[in-house]
Amino acid sequence: MSKKPQRAPLEYSKSFRLRAWIFGVLLFLYAPLLILIAFSFNDSKRNIVWKGFTFKWYVKVFENDALREALFNSLIIAVLCTIFSVILGALAAFVLWRFKFPMKGLLESGLNLPIVVPEICMGVGVLMFFNKIHWPNDLPWPISLSQIIIAHITFSFPFVAVVVRARLESFNKELEAAALDLGASQWRAFTDVIVPHMTPGLIAGALLAFTLSLDDFVITFFASGPGTITFPIKVYSMVRFSVTPEVNAASTIIIVLTLIATAVAMKFQDTSPNKENA
Amino acid sequence: MPDNSTVNKKSSVVKDETIIKIENLTKRFGKVAAVDDINLEIKRGEFFALLGPSGCGKTTLLRMIAGFEVPTEGKIFLDGVDVSNIPPNKRPVNTVFQSYAVFPHLSVFDNVAYGLQFDNVSKSEQRERVMAALEDVKLEHLAERKPDQMSGGQRQRVALARALVKRPKVLLLDEPLSALDAKLREAMRFELTELQDRVGVTFIMVTHDQDEALAMACRCAVMDRGRLMQLATPSTLYEFPANKFVADFIGSVNMFEGKLILDEPDKAIVEVEELGGKVFFDHGVLGAEGGQIFVGIRPEKIELIKRTKDMKKPQMEDSPEDCNVFAGVIDNISYLGSESIYEITLENGRRMQVSRPNLSRWDQEDFTFNDEVWLGFHGDSPVLLQN
Repeated sequence: MSKKPQRAPLEYSKSFRLRAWIFGVLLFLYAPLLILIAFSFNDSKRNIVWKGFTFKWYVKVFENDALREALFNSLIIAVLCTIFSVILGALAAFVLWRFKFPMKGLLESGLNLPIVVPEICMGVGVLMFFNKIHWPNDLPWPISLSQIIIAHITFSFPFVAVVVRARLESFNKELEAAALDLGASQWRAFTDVIVPHMTPGLIAGALLAFTLSLDDFVITFFASGPGTITFPIKVYSMVRFSVTPEVNAASTIIIVLTLIATAVAMKFQDTSPNKENA
Repeated sequence: MPDNSTVNKKSSVVKDETIIKIENLTKRFGKVAAVDDINLEIKRGEFFALLGPSGCGKTTLLRMIAGFEVPTEGKIFLDGVDVSNIPPNKRPVNTVFQSYAVFPHLSVFDNVAYGLQFDNVSKSEQRERVMAALEDVKLEHLAERKPDQMSGGQRQRVALARALVKRPKVLLLDEPLSALDAKLREAMRFELTELQDRVGVTFIMVTHDQDEALAMACRCAVMDRGRLMQLATPSTLYEFPANKFVADFIGSVNMFEGKLILDEPDKAIVEVEELGGKVFFDHGVLGAEGGQIFVGIRPEKIELIKRTKDMKKPQMEDSPEDCNVFAGVIDNISYLGSESIYEITLENGRRMQVSRPNLSRWDQEDFTFNDEVWLGFHGDSPVLLQN
């Protein structure tokens, strides 16, 4: 018998088996990413054997005009999609939270449709829609990205709406009443009290919209005109020949960018009022 | 009957002028009348309480005074001006909300200063007034704190300062003490009355807690199902309840249905079947004829007398023979420290409560379980009630 004190029933973190299990799960989740990042520094044309450390694939990525253009396109699309999605999503969430009106339930579930509809269906739908309305295909850059941006907004803003709506549920309506009571107009009460409460939801929603847009392949594939190419599509076309460390390097850049964005967002959330007053 | 119109001693700032006049005020939600044809006047400088069980309409009435609800019928006059349809941000009335509603993203100072930006007050005057308000609630040392670093009691003070800094004509308090723990609640009772005395603003408080209302208010309006049941000073509410509801809601009471058999200007007798005897009143109860009548008697106004076998029924000195004395057995005792409450079963099985202060530290055992006792009360103790 061991002399260690008995573990209390709820002290799960002290259980060795549970720790091993958690480690296993994390390994399963992150091993592919770690391998991808590691091999972006591998001095070999193949992703099989470690030959030595190098930065040359990163240099190659920046010398590859097509890849760089694709990455740039993706970032522009993601940023614009995020801005519009946050505005539309926040407004939708606010209206659904604040007002009662006929057919509200229908609108609410309709809003969630883009979340549940398979992307491939959305993609085909988007393609047919743009064909039907004869959306011009030969617009100059960056307006040529508009089709993709519009398509991305349609599937990202419901995510923002869901997140912001959930955040608003915890809003203490007496706070708004207090602002009015102290002399604020309806608009000032909204900007001074409700918006600060929504902020963590807006940031989380923005982050969601950004990442959804950045890595979307299926819908983008259908929505993009002949001349436009985004990062996921470019990577896909490169992989069709062979997975070179160049792809690894490009992916690592994207991972680092998203990590930075997430860290910044979390920092913001920390300083914003997510602790409720009683 | 004591004079209801005199405002009691608690507040030295009460003036004999009306600050709020409520006329035939009704608020309906659908078909339900939350507030039903209420008329009342509140005096300048008064600490006024709206008291009643949950759902009695007291909060709706408060929200109408604040401007968050628009009356269905009737009018509210504030200092002579009809404010019934003025929105809350244009009324010289401020509220301390039940949850305090302190803005979580602003510091204490900014919370208190928030309302002043809409008042055309210069920056330097704003600063002065905010600091003065914080001093009033003894929070001047915490001006830079964020609300999430404060206790519930401190947040309440922020809410008070934030409302008072606007110099409202009336301050509304929605269940101000309900979220505090017991000790703090008692301390805050004194502090709130003191603060009210110092700033001289009319306070209107909503509460479901009768102790709170009795302890703090100059006058209370007791409400039930949207209607005003009685408007009086705390002691009048307790000793001279206007009806069965008020007697039952304020404090505890032994209540029995009865039949008036004698009603003269200076005395009355009610036959109470449930007690198996008669109750004598040493004052007239004229005007009580017709309809159901009830006799109410407070537990602390009943005396206990030891009863032995073959003992003759005693007589209360101010009451006729065979009135106001009943036989019973002590069934249960709740010891509450300062007093004990005795549950007594009468001969006919009906139960009554009697309370006695525990005056001595030593002789607490003078009455115990299963003791046979007489219950007696004087002719000025019972109160005649109607629905």
